[in-house]
Amino acid sequence: METTKTKKKRAPAYDAGPINLTINGQAHDLHIGNRPGEIEPFHTLSFTLRETLGLTGTKISCDQGACGACTVIIDGKAVLSCKILTVECDGAAITTIEGLKNPKTGELDPLQQAFVDHSAFQCGFCTPGIIMTARALLNENPHPTEEEVKDSLSGNFCRCISHYQVVRAVMSVAKR
Amino acid sequence: MGASYKYIGKVAQRRDAHDIVTGTVRYTDDLKFQNLLYGKVLRSPYAHALIKRIDKSKAEKLPGVKAVLTYEDIPDWRGGTPRTVRILDKKLRYMGDAVALVAAQTAEIAEEALEFIDVEYEVLPAVFDMDTALKPGAPLVWDEFPGNIIPGGTILYGPNCLKGVAMGDVEKGFAEADVVAEGTFGYENIPNALPPETVGAVALWEEPNRVTIWGTSQAPYMDKITLFHFFNREVEIRCIGSHVGGGFGTKIMCWQVQSYAVLLSRATGRPVKVMFTKEEHMAAFTLRIGSRISARVGMKKDGTLTAIKGTWYVDTGYYCWSTQAQVAIGSGELMIMAQCPNWDLRNIIVATNRNASGATRGFGGQELKSSFIPILSLAMEKAGLDPFEVLKKNFVKPGGGYFWRDGEWYKYRGIDFSKAMTKGAEVFGWKEKWKGWHNPTATDGSKRRGIGVGVHGNADIGEDAAEAYVQLGYNNTATIFLCMVEHGTGQKSNYPKMVAEVLQIPPERIAMTPADSLLTPFEFGPVGSRGTYAIGSAVINAAEDARRKLLKFAAPKLGADPQDLDTADGVVFVKTNPERNMKWRAIGNDRTILGYGRFEQDFTMCNFMMSFVEVEVDTETGKVSVIRVVNATDVGQIIDPQGLEGQLNGCLGSAGIDSAIFEETIIDRRTGHIMNANMVDYKWRTFSQLPEVEHVVLETPFPSHRFHAVGVGEISTSPGPSAVLMAVSNAVGIWLHRYPVTPDRVLEALGKINSSPGSNPGQGGAK
Repeated sequence: METTKTKKKRAPAYDAGPINLTINGQAHDLHIGNRPGEIEPFHTLSFTLRETLGLTGTKISCDQGACGACTVIIDGKAVLSCKILTVECDGAAITTIEGLKNPKTGELDPLQQAFVDHSAFQCGFCTPGIIMTARALLNENPHPTEEEVKDSLSGNFCRCISHYQVVRAVMSVAKR
Repeated sequence: MGASYKYIGKVAQRRDAHDIVTGTVRYTDDLKFQNLLYGKVLRSPYAHALIKRIDKSKAEKLPGVKAVLTYEDIPDWRGGTPRTVRILDKKLRYMGDAVALVAAQTAEIAEEALEFIDVEYEVLPAVFDMDTALKPGAPLVWDEFPGNIIPGGTILYGPNCLKGVAMGDVEKGFAEADVVAEGTFGYENIPNALPPETVGAVALWEEPNRVTIWGTSQAPYMDKITLFHFFNREVEIRCIGSHVGGGFGTKIMCWQVQSYAVLLSRATGRPVKVMFTKEEHMAAFTLRIGSRISARVGMKKDGTLTAIKGTWYVDTGYYCWSTQAQVAIGSGELMIMAQCPNWDLRNIIVATNRNASGATRGFGGQELKSSFIPILSLAMEKAGLDPFEVLKKNFVKPGGGYFWRDGEWYKYRGIDFSKAMTKGAEVFGWKEKWKGWHNPTATDGSKRRGIGVGVHGNADIGEDAAEAYVQLGYNNTATIFLCMVEHGTGQKSNYPKMVAEVLQIPPERIAMTPADSLLTPFEFGPVGSRGTYAIGSAVINAAEDARRKLLKFAAPKLGADPQDLDTADGVVFVKTNPERNMKWRAIGNDRTILGYGRFEQDFTMCNFMMSFVEVEVDTETGKVSVIRVVNATDVGQIIDPQGLEGQLNGCLGSAGIDSAIFEETIIDRRTGHIMNANMVDYKWRTFSQLPEVEHVVLETPFPSHRFHAVGVGEISTSPGPSAVLMAVSNAVGIWLHRYPVTPDRVLEALGKINSSPGSNPGQGGAK
């Protein structure tokens, strides 16, 4: 009886295999279940990144796909990580803000360096999302026009109004 | 211009730049805690109700739930001004008011537990706007406040806190006037400053009466003091600040979310985190005050003001915390922009059954000015005067003065801003574009352009005491002890520059403590525009004190008087013979040289900002677009050029200029429900809609501190809204007086549609 009671305390893990995510070049096998460190089917990617994997550089602001703060790059595309479930990401290659700098040398991505040089942030809370959106744009289109930069960032909320310095920072990289 | 400095005024990388762009900077929600519980709030579905019965037993039984608290479970701790607001109450006063608190193993469990709390409500009649609230016999939000009028004055500003402006003889002033204009105008759309980071706190209670609070507050030391009083002076409080993801003044008012975390930690003995969702942030956290003024203004033909008489109605929502302070500051700020010998300006603070208003960038002044300038515009139109000239003429100048928040009269000893105004007008091309009232600047088919101008100034640059320590390290280093969080202005990078300049060591060799009330002396917090002059002075004074102590220590060793010594690059030397010197290393690693700096508040100077705007109005669709903004200011001395530019660009966001075009909190005035408490329905400016923005920044040295600088960041939002109304009115040739000027309102003014579905009834028009 005693053992049954103990068992009952913990609900069984869901009957599903692990999912594999490659995050910033590192493979993660994540089990589906409700024990600590496991992925529940309702977990958003932003939740998993922040709470399960400790990658808190990805920010959650509106948590409903309106502000762009949680943007990460999934298989080359800028994606709102609060609007995608982790279980949907099986097999995906994900880059977060933590994965942009050179892991060996610690050198910043040129875009990150441009944000530093242009002081393209104030409170900085929206900055990771803005950088990831701009990085995805530059990966696809290395020499965008200013209009293209603005259009690609139009889903990223910035309340301090660092927009002008952001556009300058992105364009300084785009022109290279 | 001005003195030449090694670090001040130079472009320098923000100290947190690397951490921000790599995502390693820590905001409150990024902090990790052992054994953390998550708190959630059950919120009232009614705007006004009594809890008849509340049963939490089912919720308590849910696995993972560690505590459920209702008004019956908590001490009688009260906040607000006056202190009437219980942290949980039997009476609920707005839709979203806190009914119960839950702490659980996960946020999901806490959320689920809310549904198991069984509450029976007795719904009460409610008041959703000031007109209803002020009617005789109206339902009372508070039994303590008859007529729904909350008393003025805050003890924070002393026993004579400014409650209005009375001076001279207004009747005589009106008799001397060539034109008199009057009307009732409002700025009641309650735009939300809306920082991207929501609000929250983590608390860890230790028996019997200690608590440590981490949180999103922009003023941790003040929280320690505020909460100490709110918790009946029974609790020892330590507050630790994190990086703040935008505050815009609102995040000095985190006491409620902090209290929730404290009570839940007290109930569980574990750290508890309460982070508001974005909906809670927008519907249950600080809103801007609703502002309406009924006033008469007398003016001479040359633009000289002769009399201002009126009543300012302030809708504070269900309670006040800083509202009385905003009334005091706002009234003083009106005097700064409208120098006039005769005043009778009163105010009424009205309680309504909506979420509370409080501190927001602009702090009373933006709200009052946005309401008042439309009346002033009527007078200027009557007198046929150019608004730029009138605003320039009436802004305070040396020798002028104003009443300030403590009720005292201050003779202004700052600089004359006329030069900055004139330069701003030149850069904008005001003279060329101004075609007289209600005349568009240009017309292109259905599109018409118009221009407007607004102004603001705030004597809060020297408000409240500030304290800092500067400790010298024997290895040519220094540490600044200051209770200051970085919330976006870059000030945490500016203070090391100031200390570097005093001590003549590079800023990279200067560290700063975290904002921890246990480690640092008193600091009020970066609110208003006090960061540069008030806080900066404390830091400078601390550095100078440390330097003095260092020279005194070195003097006997160098056989010289301290006044004959100087220091640079970690070496103390005799000025006349630098070869006679002593390295800082000689301090030894077993000695502390600690400087203390304090700033006493000073209201004798103000900052200044004038915004010129050009708008384009599409008379077919009613759409208003801001085409160009020129801001003019004089800051004495630029500390950080890039940071300053960012702060001035901020004129558009955080409920500034855009509050005149599309930003508003839409409240269903039948139920009290906020209809757009999310970032889809609440409009905000995007990257693809950027107008041309230019700043004219002069550097006329101020008699402030040794760098002659004053802060200006806060006020960049404030002159814009009224300037936009003026510009739109000029573009279409008809007065538009309601914020925001949505397409409906433009088309209605043009007679193209019949009525606009306004969410803010009670806004006035010209009488």
